[in-house]
Amino acid sequence: MSEALLSVRGVTAYYGNIIALKGVDVDVGQGEIVALIGANGAGKSTLMMTIFGNPRARDGAITFDKREITRLPTHEIARLPIAQSPEGRRIFPRMTILENLQMGAALGERARFSEDLDRVFTIFPRLKDRAHQRGGTLSGGEQQMLAIARALMRRPRLLLLDEPSLGLAPLVAKQIFEVIADLNKSEGLSVFLVEQNAYHALRLAHRGYVLVNGAITMAGSGAELLASPKVRAAYLEGGARKAAPTAASPEAV
Amino acid sequence: MSSAAPGRFDFMRASKDAALAAIIAAGLSFPILALRAEPDIDNRITLQGRWSWLFIAAAIAFAGRFVLALLNVRPRRKPATDEALPASAYRAARFIGPAGLALLFVFPLAMFAALGPQGSLKWIDNYGIQILIYVMLGWGLNIVVGLAGLLDLGYVAFYAVGAYSYALLSTTFGLSFWLCLPLAGILAAFWGILLGFPVLRLRGDYLAIVTMAFGEIIRIVLVNWSVVTNGDAGISSIPRASFFGLPFTAGPNGFAATFGLKFSPIHRVIFLYYLILCLALLTNFVTVRLRRLPIGRAWEALREDEIACRSLGLDTVKLKLAAFALGAMFGGFAGAFFAVRQGFVSPSSFTFIESATILAIVVLGGRGSQLGVALAAAVIIGGSEILRELDFLKQIFGEDFDPTQYRMLIVGIAMVMMMNWRPRGLVATRAPTIALGERRAISGALVKEGHG
Repeated sequence: MSEALLSVRGVTAYYGNIIALKGVDVDVGQGEIVALIGANGAGKSTLMMTIFGNPRARDGAITFDKREITRLPTHEIARLPIAQSPEGRRIFPRMTILENLQMGAALGERARFSEDLDRVFTIFPRLKDRAHQRGGTLSGGEQQMLAIARALMRRPRLLLLDEPSLGLAPLVAKQIFEVIADLNKSEGLSVFLVEQNAYHALRLAHRGYVLVNGAITMAGSGAELLASPKVRAAYLEGGARKAAPTAASPEAV
Repeated sequence: MSSAAPGRFDFMRASKDAALAAIIAAGLSFPILALRAEPDIDNRITLQGRWSWLFIAAAIAFAGRFVLALLNVRPRRKPATDEALPASAYRAARFIGPAGLALLFVFPLAMFAALGPQGSLKWIDNYGIQILIYVMLGWGLNIVVGLAGLLDLGYVAFYAVGAYSYALLSTTFGLSFWLCLPLAGILAAFWGILLGFPVLRLRGDYLAIVTMAFGEIIRIVLVNWSVVTNGDAGISSIPRASFFGLPFTAGPNGFAATFGLKFSPIHRVIFLYYLILCLALLTNFVTVRLRRLPIGRAWEALREDEIACRSLGLDTVKLKLAAFALGAMFGGFAGAFFAVRQGFVSPSSFTFIESATILAIVVLGGRGSQLGVALAAAVIIGGSEILRELDFLKQIFGEDFDPTQYRMLIVGIAMVMMMNWRPRGLVATRAPTIALGERRAISGALVKEGHG
């Protein structure tokens, strides 16, 4: 693990006096998709936010590409080739899709803008058709595509994705996961994925972590975790029963 | 909705509706209309009933509501859609700006030609200059409220800083207006940053409260620091601006003599008109240009979602401070102009109601819309000036009737009507700053507020 792109070591984080992360260790290697699964309130999103310094880690160290970023201000972390697609998408609803993408490239070199724009439009052709529409008028799935596209505008080496399937129809969620897998395969993009949809996330990921009450309780390859009885009992049995008919008939949901 | 077909008169429903409205109106106005505390001969407060007033108020509410219900005029419950304005309206909007601009440049000369130096004074001064000051203040505040989405209820503080900067610098050190104008802007911007620091972490209501307090602090300091500001009495005989060194006096070196004109005080007023017009246009120009630059877009993104901005690597601290500083700077310019126009400043010109008026202009006009803010300033300020013209109403309502007292009532009614029919302001569209092909306007309706 010495060549990990992102390494989180013993990180604790608090909201006021309430502990949210109790010494978390996570690694994301170059070209790897890593999934973090866990229940509501386990601290998944907190870990994502802590990597960006909000809330800041109280103990422990976060390094990206051999550089310690634990104490860097949020906007300077965002200037590194790490991009985040935050939970709930958080696109700019009154601005057009083009403007949203422009915000994603706010720190990039201006000369590369049209090139990067073409690239994300190739990945998400639907966004090109709607380039002049306001972000708020898009469907949930399109908004998620926009959030990912906005993050990709800065050519990140590592993409942090917080619940990309949140509130999406299963079929749309599947499309999003396929895009992530493609990006990983074709460009070697490293992805750190936080998901409640454990089944999809673990199938997609090379490795996975299980977060319970602010601490990592299990780690392993995606397949290992999928097969683990504990993971199945806690995160999959309910979901699997729902997921099975979905694959056959998406209209049923 | 109602069971009656639209367009058909439904007397039952209308009378029910109207009766309910009358009861509510009577209930609301009971303490202010029906009861009147008056001192008697022994200077004791006695309570008198004015039941006829209450009855009249209820009757007005009944009649108004009855007519509205009968005609099926209902406030739109669901927000307007993109189709709220036809395409022709957007095309027309493209010509309103240039046409209005041409009108503004011709206005004082046309007035002068039509009404002569005496008759045109009121129109150029009370209407032209007064409205343009508020257009400029509205545009300045629009940077903070409309673009960056920071609700500022203390904008008048920067207006005051600008006015007192010029008043003090010119009376104490004898500096000229043209030197003081940028200084007033810089000082106001400095105070803007000073206000910005403590409120960086605040948003929405909390930000509004703190900025409101800031506005009051500045005013109270002006009242009480009488060694410097001369307290409530204010600073008088502030030097007037010259026309590139030519004073507007009757003397041989004056403006009129140099250009071979007959001396008239209207020259100075016309000069002031063009001065504030240029200052306002400068504000507009800077704002419009900034919107196209990364910083303007970043402000708009900040208004929409602050967390998303930070995750994209924008330094929200710098963005907010820049918005406060720039908005304050234009407030400072307007303040310096106010001081040179009046020749007198006192704290009573910078009360909270001024901040509220400026904010009302921005909100009525449509946050972020330059044209809307200009129109709203013309309506609110011009409207309250027109109330002064309604002296003939005294013949109807008696000598004690003062139409100007009803200014706030009219602003209030305008606000209520706006919130019902155009909740995002007169001009609620925002033009995208980048397009692949043809430019298009975007309706602001239907989109929820940013919660950043």
